[in-house]
Amino acid sequence: MKRIATVSLAGCFGCHMSLLDIDERIVDLLKLVEFDRSPLNDLKSFTGRCDIGFIEGSCCNEENVATLREFRKQCQLLVGVGQCAIMGGLPVMRNAIMHSDEPLLECLEESFTHGPGVYNPSNEIPNDPALPLLLDRVYLCSEVVRLDYVIPGCPPSGDLLWEVLSALVLDKPIHIPPWMVKYD
Amino acid sequence: MARHEAFDGGEETRQRITFTIDGEKITAFAGQSILEAADAAGIYIPRLCDVEGLDPQGSCRVCTVKVNSRPVASCVHPVSADDVVENDTEEIRRWRRDLIKMLLHEGNHLCPICEASGRCELQAMAARFETLEPDLYPYLQPVRPVDASHPDIMLDTNRCIRCGRCIRASRDVDRKYVFGYIGRGIHKRVGVNATDLAHTRIDLDDAAASLETCPVGCIIRKRVGFFAPIGRRQFDLQAPGDEIEKRKGEGK
Repeated sequence: MKRIATVSLAGCFGCHMSLLDIDERIVDLLKLVEFDRSPLNDLKSFTGRCDIGFIEGSCCNEENVATLREFRKQCQLLVGVGQCAIMGGLPVMRNAIMHSDEPLLECLEESFTHGPGVYNPSNEIPNDPALPLLLDRVYLCSEVVRLDYVIPGCPPSGDLLWEVLSALVLDKPIHIPPWMVKYD
Repeated sequence: MARHEAFDGGEETRQRITFTIDGEKITAFAGQSILEAADAAGIYIPRLCDVEGLDPQGSCRVCTVKVNSRPVASCVHPVSADDVVENDTEEIRRWRRDLIKMLLHEGNHLCPICEASGRCELQAMAARFETLEPDLYPYLQPVRPVDASHPDIMLDTNRCIRCGRCIRASRDVDRKYVFGYIGRGIHKRVGVNATDLAHTRIDLDDAAASLETCPVGCIIRKRVGFFAPIGRRQFDLQAPGDEIEKRKGEGK
């Protein structure tokens, strides 16, 4: 039985929702695979080595980087799922903050102190030790570890995820009709 | 006006020749480009910088084919008698995929936030050649200017692929010379002939500002964003080249 681990880094969980979008085929999938670390079963750490790692999102804080490296260590195949995992998606837009010497500070100030509609009388930017430190910019998964497959889409359709996952689980070659591939 | 009227000298006197694409026999007029002859015969050769109604430029190289084993850009290469052309082979598909991936990596092509998503030729082409293998090129993530000065038209040069279609449309169709290339090599970009777009003579009726001209989301019309819902956008309904492939078998 193959073992799958999934994680959402700097993503919106849309790709996980799309994974649930395979509908009744999830019963077939669960006959073939066992889910290890995943937000779907709320397991927070690996119980052993996995065959397939399903990565959603890119790296925007140090915890993301540590998690991604852990996945690379524990998984035979890493699959980057969705535009965020491939090219950064929406989080990567903060890399394009222009006209600033401190783009990260400007980004945080916009969010927590002087952005439109922000009510924050203390004027403080959250800085609790429990919060993972933000990175200077958003790093793509491919800049941190090696990925074995990427599935484009925002999110990829349930059908596309099913085609790829079932091929990987059954060790078959992947054949994707081009109409199934969407980048948004 | 036919593109190559200068070469062929009129419909009647044009010499007919034959050549093959992937083993299929094609009849063409002498002086026609390979791409034009293939289009007429209903064989689609993928392309980005070439569009019907504008002179071919041969800059994107996505239409690369092998003629007698040598790679050429089919939009600018005139056909000669008995040429053996390879179009849809594994090797050429890989070249095209790499070219498109490099264009995607060079700019900021954030499809989920782009207004042109679903009618973007670069996106449709990338989907056509998608293999789900990660590519090894780095994402350059450039920070290029956005010009929103014009009341009706906006330029987001982060998405420009420098195909030159707006340049040719503005020069040859509108005769306004609004756009032009600046710089060389990796620094080459498309500029406007004034301090910003608001000070140029461009307006909404120009060919350069039409939806067909910009293959990506660089030239955007204001206030009509996301006019087609997902599922009814241009390339949701048909892939680029479907129209050309439909011609196959007609007129023979």
